[in-house]
Amino acid sequence: MTGWRHQTLGRNIDRSKPLRFSFDGQDVDGFAGDTLASALIASGQRILGRSFKYHRPRGLWGMGAEEPNAVLDVRHGSEHWPNTRATLARAQDGMTVTSVNAWPTARGDMFRLMDLAHRFLPAGFYYKTFMALPWRFYEPMIRRMAGLGRVDPSCAPRADVAQVSAECDVLVIGAGPAGIAAAKAAAETGKRVWLVEESSQLGGTLRWRGGEIGGTPWQEFAAATREIVLAAGGRILTETTLWGAFDHGSFAAWERGVPERHWRIRSTRTILASGGIERPVWFANNDLPGVMSAEAAFHHLILYGAAPGRRVLLAMASDRGVPVARALTDAGVEVTLVDARKTPVDCGVPRVTGRIEAAHGRRGVDSATVNGKRIACDTILCAGGTTPTLHIWCQAGGKLDWDASRDMLVPRPGTAPMTVVGAAAGVLDLETAVEDGWAAGSEIEATNRPAPKSPPDHVFRPDPSLPGRQWIDLQNDVTLKDVTLAAREGFSSVEHLKRYTTLGMATDQGRTSNFAGLTAMAAVTDRTIPATGTTTYRPPFQPVPLRAIAGPARGALYHAPKRLTLEDMHRAAGARFREYGGWLRPATYGAGDETTVARIEAQTARQSVGVFDASPLGKLDVIGPGAADLLDFTGYVRMSTLKPGRARYGFMLSETGIVYDDGVVLRLAEDHFLVSTSSSHVEGVRYRLEDARQDRIGRGRVFIHDITQGFTTLTVTGPKAREMCRKAGIELPDLPHMGVGQTSFEGSPMRVARISFTGDLSYELSVPANLAHALHDRLDTALPEVGGCWIGLEAVLILRAEKGFILIGKDTDGATMPHDLGWGGPRTRREDEYIGKRSLFTPEAQGDKRRQLVGLRVRDGDAVIATGSHLIEDQGARRSLGFVTSSCFSPTLKRPIALALLENGRDRIGGSVQVFNDGEVRSAEVTMACAFDPKGEYLDG
Amino acid sequence: MQHFPCPFCGLRNETEFHFAVEAGHSRPEPAERVSDAEWAAYLYANKSPKGESREVWLHLSCGEYFILSRDTVTRAVLGSVTLPGVTR
Ligand SMILES: [Zn+2]
Repeated sequence: MTGWRHQTLGRNIDRSKPLRFSFDGQDVDGFAGDTLASALIASGQRILGRSFKYHRPRGLWGMGAEEPNAVLDVRHGSEHWPNTRATLARAQDGMTVTSVNAWPTARGDMFRLMDLAHRFLPAGFYYKTFMALPWRFYEPMIRRMAGLGRVDPSCAPRADVAQVSAECDVLVIGAGPAGIAAAKAAAETGKRVWLVEESSQLGGTLRWRGGEIGGTPWQEFAAATREIVLAAGGRILTETTLWGAFDHGSFAAWERGVPERHWRIRSTRTILASGGIERPVWFANNDLPGVMSAEAAFHHLILYGAAPGRRVLLAMASDRGVPVARALTDAGVEVTLVDARKTPVDCGVPRVTGRIEAAHGRRGVDSATVNGKRIACDTILCAGGTTPTLHIWCQAGGKLDWDASRDMLVPRPGTAPMTVVGAAAGVLDLETAVEDGWAAGSEIEATNRPAPKSPPDHVFRPDPSLPGRQWIDLQNDVTLKDVTLAAREGFSSVEHLKRYTTLGMATDQGRTSNFAGLTAMAAVTDRTIPATGTTTYRPPFQPVPLRAIAGPARGALYHAPKRLTLEDMHRAAGARFREYGGWLRPATYGAGDETTVARIEAQTARQSVGVFDASPLGKLDVIGPGAADLLDFTGYVRMSTLKPGRARYGFMLSETGIVYDDGVVLRLAEDHFLVSTSSSHVEGVRYRLEDARQDRIGRGRVFIHDITQGFTTLTVTGPKAREMCRKAGIELPDLPHMGVGQTSFEGSPMRVARISFTGDLSYELSVPANLAHALHDRLDTALPEVGGCWIGLEAVLILRAEKGFILIGKDTDGATMPHDLGWGGPRTRREDEYIGKRSLFTPEAQGDKRRQLVGLRVRDGDAVIATGSHLIEDQGARRSLGFVTSSCFSPTLKRPIALALLENGRDRIGGSVQVFNDGEVRSAEVTMACAFDPKGEYLDG
Repeated sequence: MQHFPCPFCGLRNETEFHFAVEAGHSRPEPAERVSDAEWAAYLYANKSPKGESREVWLHLSCGEYFILSRDTVTRAVLGSVTLPGVTR
C-alpha cells in the first residue's frame, strides 16, 4: 500500500459523490470523475496485472493509450469490456474489475513461476521449440497461459453505435496548447473547425502543468476556443479516439461518450497536434510495480489527487522533470531527483547527480541502486524524454527524420497532407508550440526560428553494460537481452525484430517500447538510428471495439438480403426462407424434412401444378431504335431476328469468351426488349449493357432501365397450368411455347410469357408490385381446386436439374464457353461482332479436351452423388476429368440424377466414368444433360 | 476512403465507383482479322503505370462511365472527363 489520496488536490473528481467498485474481489473506493487508474493508485493498489509471458507483477505506468500494464477486464451490469486500459475508463459505482492474464488474481498469480524459467524462454522461443509436433498439440495449453482478456459470448454487445459521416474545413487532432491555438485561429478566419480530443477536456498538458497562452490563463483561452469554434459552425469532440487516417483527407473517429458514435470525417485541411508521450528510463528491474512515468504521476496527482507513493526517486536528464518534483514536494511527498546531466541546474529539490542502475523489491519497488549505493524508496518516476506521437502522420503516408539535436524522430515536411504542430512536431516549448499552432490555424508561415544547435547534455538509452534484466517492452515482455539475441540471430531489421520478439505489438502498439527497441538495436548492431529504420504504423491508432465500427450492421442488417413483395403471404403459407443470390426466398413450404418436402413439391408440380415466386429474376427494359443492335453486340445469341411477341434463350459472354450470364430475352415491340437475367446478375448485366450503350451503340439510340423490383412474377407450371389459370379467372392469351402476350388483370395490364424452366407447360405472370397480393390471392384460391401447391426454390432446382437446365456459376465455371454447353450454333454461324467472339476461336477454345456439360446416371443404388465429386477414367491413371456440378434425387424418374462438367463429355455419352469422392469410388453412365422428357413432349401440357 | 470526381455528379466516395478498364485500348475487330497475339494483348497487356494513369471508371450511382486521371503512387486525382463526344 503505497499510493494515497491527497486531501485537496484533484480538479477532476467530485468528493461529494463517492463510488465503489471491486478489483480482484477487493473493494476500491473512489469519486465521481476518477478513472480506474486514478482510483486504483489512490486506494493503494499496486499490482494491476501480470506480464504476458513471464507473469511478472506489473503496476500502472502511464496516463492514456500508452498504458502497457494496467489492462483490465471490466463488467458493469450487462456490459462487458475485456482488455480495458485502466487509464482510459471512467470508474463507475458497482463495476466489477479483474486483472487479465493472471489466475486467480494478479496478486497471487499461479503462473508466476514462469518467471523463474525465463532463461529457457528467450525471444523466438515459440518458433524454435514447438516444431516437433503439430501446433495444435501445444496450442490449447499455450492459449490458456497467454493472451489478455477473454470475450464472454454471453455478453452480446449492443448494436447501437450510430455511424455518422461528416465534413469540415479544418480538422484539428489533439486539444493541447498547440491544438487549441490552431483551432481558435482557424475558427477566427470563419472556418468550420472540428477539434478532436482523446481525453475529456481541452488543455492537454496544461491541465496539470498549468500556464498561459498568449498572456491569458489557459482555461480562459480554452473556453474562448470552444466558444468561437462552435460559433463558426464547428464541433468539439472530447473522449474521442481519432483512430485512422485514410485517403483524400478522410479520418475515422470513435466517440466514447453518451451517445456513443462512430464518425467518418472528411476534412479539407488537417492539423495534427497529437502531442508526445514520455519515454521510460532503463535500468535493471525497470518493470517493477512502482516504476512509473513522471508525467503520468504529475497528471494523476493534479487531476485526481492520486499520489503514487511517499518516497520518490525521479530520474531525469532535462528540466521537464523539475515541475513534477516541485508539485510532489508541495503535496507532501519526499522527492529526490536523480539527474543524469553533468551540469545540472539547482531547482530547490534534493538532488543526486548520476543514474539509477537497478530497482529492487519483490512485489514492487522498495529501494534502488543509484551510483552503486542502495537508496530506500517506494516509487521511481521516469522522465526519459519525449517521443512525438506520429501514428496518424505515418498512417497518412508521412515519413520520419531523425533529429539528433532533439533526440527524437520528427515528421519530414511535405510527406503527408497535414501540418504537424506542438510536441508532435518535436516542439516542447509552450510559447513556440502555441505560436506554431496559431500560424497553422490561420494559414500563415510560422516565424523562422533557429533550431537548437547542440545535442542535449545527456540522453537515456538501454545500456547493455548494466547487469540484470532491462525491460524494453513491458506489454510483450521483451528485454534488452532479447533484442541482442535477435540481432545475433540475424533479425536486425526493425520489422524483423518486431515479428521475432513481438516488440511493439498488442494494445499499446509500442508507444513506450518502439523507441527503446530501435535505439537498442542501433546500439547492438553499431548502426545509426536512421540506418536502423522504424516500423510501419497502421490503423487503428489504439484498440477500437469492432462494435463501434460495425454499428447496427449486424445480424439481419449485415449485408441485408433483398425481400419479396409477397414475403408475408409466403410466410403465412409456412414457407421456410433462405438466401438465394442475394434474395430471401421460400426454400420449401410447410413442416417436415426439407429434402422430402422438396421432392413432394416437385412431384406435385409434375403431376398437376406448382406455383413459385420468380420475382427476383432480373428484368431490364431495353428501349430504342438501337436496342436490337445493343443486344446483338452484348449477347451470344442474336436477338435482332426475334419477332415481336416472342422470347429467346441466350447467353452473355465476357470478352474472354466465358459464359457470364444466361436468360430469356422477350421482344415486346420492334424497339422494346425485356432482358431477364439471373437474380444475382442484374447489376452486372445492366452495367455491361450500359458500357456498350455509352461506348459503342450511342446513348441517344437506346435506353436501359432496371425494372426488376417494380414487378412481381408468379410462375404457374405443370400439366394443369392452363386449367389452373382459368379457374383463377385469368384470361390467357393464345401463346405458343416461347410466346409473350398481355392480358388484363384488375384493370391493369398483366404480362404473360410461356417460358419454361421446368420442362412442363408454364406461364410466367407479371404484374406491377401493387397488384402482387391480388394475384397471389387469386392463384392461392384456385390451387387446391386442381390439386396443386406452392413450391419453393428447392423443388424448382430439382425440376430444372431433371431437364438439364443450368445455373450459371454452379453448372459452369471460369472456363466454360457456350459450345461446352452444347450451344455451338452462333459461334459457327454468326459473322457480325459480339462480345467474346474472338476468344471462342483461340487454340484453347478449339482444343479437344474441353470440359462439356453432361448428365450422369449412377449404376449402383439410390444414393445421391456428392456435388463436387471428381470424375476419373474407368481404368488407367487417376486424373480428374471434371466434376459433378449439381446432384439430387429425381422424384419423377425415381433415381439419382446429376449434371457434370466432363472432359470431352459429349463423346463419352453412353460410356462410363468413375465418380470419386473422399476415397469412395462409384460407377456412373454418361448421359445427355436432359434426363426428363428430352423430346419436349410435356411443354404443351 | 478516396474521393473521386464523377463528371456528372461531382465528388463522391470511392465505394460508389468501379474500375472498368485502362483507358486508350481500342477493341481490335473484326474477329476474323485479329491474330491470337493481338487479341491476347488487348485482353491482358495493361500498362499499369507507376505514376500518372488514365482509366475508365464507372459511377455506380448514376451508371455513367468516364475517364479518370490519377497518380497510382500518391493517389492524387488529376482530373476526370466524360467519354469522348458526350455532353453533360
Ligand atoms: Zn455520377
